[in-house]
Amino acid sequence: MTPRVGLYAAVATRGFRRYSTYRAATLAGIFTNTVFGVIIAYSFIALWDQRPSLGGYGQAQALTFVWVAQALIMPVGLFSGGIVDELSDRVRSGAVAIDLHRPIPLLWWRFAEDAGRAAYHFLTRGLAPVLVGSLLFDLAWPQRVSTYGVFLIAVALAIGVGFGIRFLLGLLAFWVIDVRGFVVMLTITQVFFSGMVLPLVVFPDALRTLAEALPFRCLVQIPADVLLHEDTGTTVLPLLGIQLLWLVALLVAGHLLTGAAVRKVVVQGG
Amino acid sequence: MASSLRAYGLIAGAWVRASMTYRASFVAMTVGQALITLIDFAAIAIMFSHIDELGGFTLGEVALLYGMSGFALGAADLLMGNTEQLGRRVRDGSFDAMLVRPVAPLVQIAADQFALRRVGRITQAVAVLGWGLAASNIDWSVPKVLVLLATLVSGSVIFCAVFVLGGAFQVLAGDATEVMNAFTYGGNTLTQFPLSIYPAEVVRSVTFIVPLAFVNWYPALYLLDVEDPFGLPSALQYASPVAAVLAAAAAAVAWRAGVRRYRSTGS
Repeated sequence: MTPRVGLYAAVATRGFRRYSTYRAATLAGIFTNTVFGVIIAYSFIALWDQRPSLGGYGQAQALTFVWVAQALIMPVGLFSGGIVDELSDRVRSGAVAIDLHRPIPLLWWRFAEDAGRAAYHFLTRGLAPVLVGSLLFDLAWPQRVSTYGVFLIAVALAIGVGFGIRFLLGLLAFWVIDVRGFVVMLTITQVFFSGMVLPLVVFPDALRTLAEALPFRCLVQIPADVLLHEDTGTTVLPLLGIQLLWLVALLVAGHLLTGAAVRKVVVQGG
Repeated sequence: MASSLRAYGLIAGAWVRASMTYRASFVAMTVGQALITLIDFAAIAIMFSHIDELGGFTLGEVALLYGMSGFALGAADLLMGNTEQLGRRVRDGSFDAMLVRPVAPLVQIAADQFALRRVGRITQAVAVLGWGLAASNIDWSVPKVLVLLATLVSGSVIFCAVFVLGGAFQVLAGDATEVMNAFTYGGNTLTQFPLSIYPAEVVRSVTFIVPLAFVNWYPALYLLDVEDPFGLPSALQYASPVAAVLAAAAAAVAWRAGVRRYRSTGS
């Protein structure tokens, strides 16, 4: 077991370094996340100025939500890309045959790599815009240290759920040659129902019920709710439980579908 | 000029034919483009389910702003959006090949991977714009129609200029796609809302530095007969074409300067 752990750690570290190499791209990304954060923050100020306790958030909570959402875009892979493109490209080109020969299962290898990437993105494109945001706006920081602890757990689970969704989408390439259309459709659904464009607490009832039945709120809304729970009075444990359930369900589905794909695969060429 | 346009048409046409190979995917992505931008408007509509006015503007008026900005960005993205890919071409050295071909490099880079699916975004913006115009209670006159049409063209030119400026920046910086996104897509998001919700410094910057306010804000004030909440001269409300010409000139100068200073990666 021990060498396995070492192997996964090595894969995760490479995932981290693969992105940490490009410092200019990271800085550019931080800049963009910050600009969008500022724009959305002003629209939320305009909204909460008129409705000071909309959705159970005060203005400070709403603004905190904006920056948490910006911080999570990259770690949870809200706009897809990355693994989806890589996996589907490798299926199309046949290179996935090599991946299937590796000493560790495709699912866990990709998960380790994506975890490394997500850790890097959280530390840079996650934290830096929040720092700028907290200088520009009055945010609602939790008082208790333990809240930050459970928030980090919620973020880790969000990263896992985000991976699970994108892995399934990438696997789709075994059945559909060009997955881009599906990627676009899923991205739209994911962005809308994650809480990224507007907190789900502001959604009309019907849409909110729908959002609560989908896994996407695990990506943004739940981590934000966990961070804000001191002010909003939300109970944290059930939220983490929902994230865990979705994570397990998605990973099991990923495992089963990988098996089905492997049985189906016909590698082209010599 | 005519030969450049012809070259643009030929390259773009080839990409359109290529995209038609996977027709189902093309349709899905065109619809997807329309839907993904519709999300922003859905968010605005949900906001308006809790309020009647945002920054002093009704939902119909915000739809008008949204549609003008969305059309301008969509048209610019269709025509010039691939300048975003320039950083990659600089890094892998394929920009060198463009420089030795007998077609202007800007034409090549802009038409490279021309994506007809982007009409999805434009169609959606036009639909929202149409609804916004109908819902905003405008006292129509001939000058207003002219201002609206001139603004759609000027706005597209302004966003094209931003794309070209970003491209020029990438020639020097190598990798700055995300910085560009902050000005193009970020500029689009910024102008989807009435500028009255932002601090005066933001409004001054998008008036005098990056002229995004001319894409929709100033002409919309004129169309709606609303007084400028920031008290800036009303002449600005007709000035979108001037802003577009200035932006295009600045972009042309920057592009030439960028290409002149280009150093190949050598790989």
